[in-house]
Amino acid sequence: MSEDRSELSARGEEFVQLFNRGMEFTRELLRENEGLRRRLAELEDEQQNAARTPSDWEKLRRELLAKIRGLESEHASLRERLIEVESRNRAFADRYLSIEEENNNLANLYVASYQLHSTLEVDEVLRITIEIVINLIGADVFAIYLLDEARQELRAVSAQGIELARVPACRVGEGRLGRAVSERAIHSFDDEPTQGRDPERPLVCIPLRIDGQVIGAIALMGLLQQKPGFSALDQELFNVLAVHAATAIFAARLYSQSERKLNTIQGFIDLLAR
Amino acid sequence: MERQRILIVEDSPTMRQLLVFALRRLPGVDIVEAQDGMDGLRKLSSDHFDLALIDINMPVMDGLKLIGLMRGEDELRDVPVVVITTEGAEQDRERALRLGANEYLTKPIQANRVLAVVRSLLKRD
Repeated sequence: MSEDRSELSARGEEFVQLFNRGMEFTRELLRENEGLRRRLAELEDEQQNAARTPSDWEKLRRELLAKIRGLESEHASLRERLIEVESRNRAFADRYLSIEEENNNLANLYVASYQLHSTLEVDEVLRITIEIVINLIGADVFAIYLLDEARQELRAVSAQGIELARVPACRVGEGRLGRAVSERAIHSFDDEPTQGRDPERPLVCIPLRIDGQVIGAIALMGLLQQKPGFSALDQELFNVLAVHAATAIFAARLYSQSERKLNTIQGFIDLLAR
Repeated sequence: MERQRILIVEDSPTMRQLLVFALRRLPGVDIVEAQDGMDGLRKLSSDHFDLALIDINMPVMDGLKLIGLMRGEDELRDVPVVVITTEGAEQDRERALRLGANEYLTKPIQANRVLAVVRSLLKRD
């Protein structure tokens, strides 16, 4: 008896749940129906407000054409601005590259002059000059000369890639180097093969000068195999060497002379003091 | 980003100064200088470096010997090496690369090229 009752109660529960689900589904359908009716009403409104006479259609057409013209003109103006921005971008990129290059060149020139003036020893100045010519310019055969003023002759005091004894002395005014020194100007022979290596036919002659007075010269006779020719930076480095190597050698020689004189005077003083 | 360390092994003070100038443009990089191969090996053995720029022709110990020793050491085997040298012959390049150099640049150097190579080896692209 009690079993029948509990079964009846379970079936009743099931029916109530089924009924509730049906009720929920019906509510959902009603909500959707309401939404559709609202949308239909909106569409009817839009249709009523739309053009109904040919003049209305003409007005609408003109408005749309004006709108299209406006959009086309805006499009053209945006295109123009885009092209302008692109061209400015390119100009900035070019400028950036050229500033980078300028910056690198200035670093080279700064390092060269900094190193040349970092010592008061003549041998050290010569060593630094050699480093600059090899590492920054890229020459592997060259000689550094000092001027014998009395004889008006240039004598090699240091050489790279060629024996010092094989570098002939050169009279001022004679040969490529002599002429460059007498004219106090850098002479460059760009049309020569860069591996010429002939001490009588240097590729570049750089007189070392202070206030127009020549104290020596550098002659480049051959370049490293990966160096095809001279760049604008190389020309600037020639100028730096022409002036700063000259000043550094001159200062170092003066210093060494004054050191010697000081030692002599000190020797005299010591002798007198005894 | 963690700071990175670069060792310049070069006997020419002029070149070292020029390389320092170029590398200073990289943010977050510390630069250490060594004046020959032996000095470079000492510094590489006592400290960590993320990259080494090595010249070939140097007194005491040349650059190729240094690269060979580095590639034989477990701690230094993976340190990227850029050779910077006056030697432009193809066989010199091949020899250095065979010994374990990652890049081979010839003098006179172009700072932009050095920076591009260093950036790429330090994975800063």
